[in-house]
Amino acid sequence: MIWQFDILILIFLVVTAVISLQVKDLLAASMVFGTYSFLICLLWAGMGAVDVAFTEATVGAGISAVILIATVYNTRRDSSD
Amino acid sequence: MKWIGLIAVIFTGGLLLSAMDDFPNWGDAHSPANSSPVSQYYIEQTMTDSGVPNMVTAVLADYRGYDTMFETVVVLIAGIAIMAILRVAKQVPGGAKPTPAHEVGDQHDIIIGTTCRLLIPVLQLFALYVIAHGHHSPGGGFQGGVILGASFILAAIAKGLDPALQRLPEKRYVKLAFVGVVIYVSFGVACLILGENFLDYGVLHELLPTMSAEEARSHSMLGVEIGVAFTVSMIMFAIYANLASKGELEGGL
Repeated sequence: MIWQFDILILIFLVVTAVISLQVKDLLAASMVFGTYSFLICLLWAGMGAVDVAFTEATVGAGISAVILIATVYNTRRDSSD
Repeated sequence: MKWIGLIAVIFTGGLLLSAMDDFPNWGDAHSPANSSPVSQYYIEQTMTDSGVPNMVTAVLADYRGYDTMFETVVVLIAGIAIMAILRVAKQVPGGAKPTPAHEVGDQHDIIIGTTCRLLIPVLQLFALYVIAHGHHSPGGGFQGGVILGASFILAAIAKGLDPALQRLPEKRYVKLAFVGVVIYVSFGVACLILGENFLDYGVLHELLPTMSAEEARSHSMLGVEIGVAFTVSMIMFAIYANLASKGELEGGL
C-alpha cells in the first residue's frame, strides 16, 4: 500500500458517496455509485485482497450499476427529496 | 425528522470510529485472524492437500465447500424471488400499454451493435478463462459467472431485449440456473456414494485411476466453480431481463 495513493482514493470515496446521495438525477447517482464501487475495488486490490477486489469490480461496479439503471428507467429519474 | 437521522448517524459514526482503535494493524502477524491454528493449517497445508496455488479458492471451494454450495443456492433463491415478484404475463394487445417514463428511442445504433458484436466474444472468452483459472489465479465461479452474465446483458442492451431472449429464452435460463446447483450437489453426492463425507473431493480419484487424490481435489474445485458460474450468470441475466422490462420480458431498455 502506498499511502499517498490511499489518501487520494479515500478522498474520492467520500466525494463520490456524497455526490451519489446529493445529486437529484437518479441516473447520475447510479453511475457515481458505480464509481464508488470501483474505488473500493482499488482499495481491496491495494491491500492484497485480489479475489475480493475482483468480485467488487464485477458485481459492485458492473452488474449493480446496470441493475440500478434498469430500475431507474422503469421508475422515475428525478429524486423527490 | 432529518435532525433525528443526523444525530443517529453522527452517534453511530462516532461509535464506529472509537471502535476502530481495537482493530489489529493491517498485515499484523499476531492478529487473531492470522494467529489462529485454523488459518495456519490453511497456509501450510493447501499446497500438500490439493496443490492449488490460490489459497482463497481452496478455502472457498474445498475446505468451506458447504458454505459456497448454499451461497449458490442463495443466489438462485434471490433470482427466483425477483422473478416471482416481477414476472407478469404479457399484456393483451387491445389494452392500453402504459408508456415508459423515459423515451430512449427504439432504434438501435449500428455503431453500438457492431462494437458489441466484436466485444462480446472476447468478454465471454475472458469469463471462461476466469472460471477455468480460478484455482490458480484470482477469480472463480462467482466472478466469471458475473462476467458471463454481463456479456448477455450487454447483448440485451445493444440489440434490445427481444433478440437476446430469442437466444436465451426464459425456460432455458431458469433450467440452466438449476443445472448449476445440481452440478455442485452432484460432486458432493458422488463423494457420499464412494463412502466419504459430503464434498470431501479426495475420494473422487477412485473414478479416474490415473488421478491422485490431490489432483482429484483440484479438478473437483474446477467442477464446482463451473456449477457456480452456471447459476450466477443465468440469474444475473434473469434479474436484468425482468427488471428492464417490468417482468413482461418484452421491449425493455
